[in-house]
Amino acid sequence: MRRPDDLVLLALTHPDELPKLHLADWDLLIRQARSAGMLGRIHAALDEAALLDAAPRAPRAHLAAAAIIASSQERVVRWEVRCIERALSEAGTETILLKGAAYVLAGFPIARGRLQSDIDILVPWPKLKDVEASLRRHGWQDLKLEKYDQRFYRQWSHELPPLYHPQRSTVVDVHHNILPRTGRLRPDSRKLLDAAQSIPGTRFKRLSDPDMVLHAAAHMFQDGDLNAGWRELSDIDGMVRLLGKRVGFWEELLQRAPEMDLARPLFYALRYSNRFLYTPIPASAASTIQKWGPTGAVLRVMDATVLRALSPRRPEKTRPGTEAARWFLYARSHWLRMPPLLLARHLTHKLLKV
Amino acid sequence: MKVSDFTESSIARQLRRPGIWFRTGPFCTHLQTPIESVARAFHALYADFPLVENDGFADFHVRVASPRGFRRWHRPQALFFCDGERPFKPLDRRQAFAMFEWGFNWCVSSYAHQYVIIHAAIIERRGRAAILAAPPGSGKSTLTAALIGRGWRLLSDELTLIDPSRGLAVAIARPVSLKNASIDLIRGFTAGAVIGPRIEDTAKGAVAHLKPPADSVYRMDEPALPYWVVFPKFQPGANTSLASYPKANAFLRLADHAFNYCQHGVRAFHTFAELIDRCACYEFTYSNLDEAVAVFDALASGAPAATVGV
Repeated sequence: MRRPDDLVLLALTHPDELPKLHLADWDLLIRQARSAGMLGRIHAALDEAALLDAAPRAPRAHLAAAAIIASSQERVVRWEVRCIERALSEAGTETILLKGAAYVLAGFPIARGRLQSDIDILVPWPKLKDVEASLRRHGWQDLKLEKYDQRFYRQWSHELPPLYHPQRSTVVDVHHNILPRTGRLRPDSRKLLDAAQSIPGTRFKRLSDPDMVLHAAAHMFQDGDLNAGWRELSDIDGMVRLLGKRVGFWEELLQRAPEMDLARPLFYALRYSNRFLYTPIPASAASTIQKWGPTGAVLRVMDATVLRALSPRRPEKTRPGTEAARWFLYARSHWLRMPPLLLARHLTHKLLKV
Repeated sequence: MKVSDFTESSIARQLRRPGIWFRTGPFCTHLQTPIESVARAFHALYADFPLVENDGFADFHVRVASPRGFRRWHRPQALFFCDGERPFKPLDRRQAFAMFEWGFNWCVSSYAHQYVIIHAAIIERRGRAAILAAPPGSGKSTLTAALIGRGWRLLSDELTLIDPSRGLAVAIARPVSLKNASIDLIRGFTAGAVIGPRIEDTAKGAVAHLKPPADSVYRMDEPALPYWVVFPKFQPGANTSLASYPKANAFLRLADHAFNYCQHGVRAFHTFAELIDRCACYEFTYSNLDEAVAVFDALASGAPAATVGV
């Protein structure tokens, strides 16, 4: 299988090769990494390998700048989590930090240099109203959304409409599940909550080890359009490398994936993180996971599409086919998210609006 | 090699393709544009800047281009790209050079977070730098233009870059952006001032750019330590007045002008604390440029207390 023609891939898999790059390659790497949101992660990778000083001065300045932004975002996440903690103290519910905030608070190495976006939390469905009310009492409010979008979130999505804090310009996404209610695959959120483990030093929890990997897989291959391709794939890779060292992790993961209805997304996640980022997968696990993949033709289309999505984006010179691949992924993510009739309604609405 | 070693038409041809790699202080920019007015203004105003042999790396890849399709002919527009991003809406093509200047500022303030970036002018005399911080329309650029016409060295009229590890200000020495009445004022004030084309009806009114003094460009690799923080205000008819300003207030007010104070966190706090500790801080009101320059020259000669009654 071909590998994406992208220097970000080289930086992630062989940081020790970077000092040998010509300046012209550095030029390309900095721009590709910036557009993929991976500059800060590459800074962290070089730093861990004690190779920062081996990078030429000019590109190093860009990496340093990205590291400053990433560390400020990490600071914002920590602060925001404390604000959410205070706001939810009266709601009296278990609250799970998802994705970036969980990586930061649980001290996962992938949090280093990682770009953060909104804070994602997961709460039990019956507590959703209380949580929303508490957040609103503490100053969070609606982003300006049109009525249809508001209704879309509340009726069909797996999260509330984003809640925005105007004083801090931050957004929290309150989830009650990790995939939309209307989707093809429906993980049971009660099971996620029951297996969650606490994050030391906070009142929050994070998903269990296998569930964290499954969530990242679901997010990338079931719910998303691979827009943040390298960021998501390197999260998956980093988590599997970290958690896979624990005895029993792979057995749990293989048992959990079908139980959560997430076998197919896990297949894709491990296939591409292993192919591109050399994520280690024990042979015993590989044969089981293999069975969760689609048949030949579908797999070939998916391979080609993912390859395109992870290939460098040159906004001024898009290669023929890349737009088509992106459109396919967008359409696919919608198809997986909603039953056909609802999808038709949704697209009609969006079409008429434009 | 510098820009003025080439003729205008040669520069225009290179700008079309493959573009020109040139250096402003610590930044190497790769500029590409097919637009004649940009090439003409670039050749005139960046004349003293060094061209860089393309070693393959540029900090910013900038393109000012015309849109495809009918907008190329009907009310022609200009687009600004940096690394393929398009941060601004299209502008009237007659404003293309101003767009390049704004875009350049955008590149620095969006990407150069290795520096603490303050929205302020900075000039230097006898090894000491003055930071001039004020909201738009306060006459900051006019004052800067007047001072660099009378021997002060230009570091920047728009972006003060402080290296937080050393507290030093880094020079970029790019053209000064003059607005409206200031354009003719500076033309009359500074003998031999080279001012680019007057660009009408921008978001900021009429704009024209003043070529930086050759000496400021030659010395752009010399950083400078700030010794004064001044909050200038142009007030028609006002007497020239330099009034000492409390340091704690100056700290907060200057931090308010910083683009990335929060991003730097505690590092920014220490950088500012050290800077404000070292600097004498003033509010400065003026209406007469000759008097204004005299006040700054008195500051630079080390006799501020006697002449300005602080």
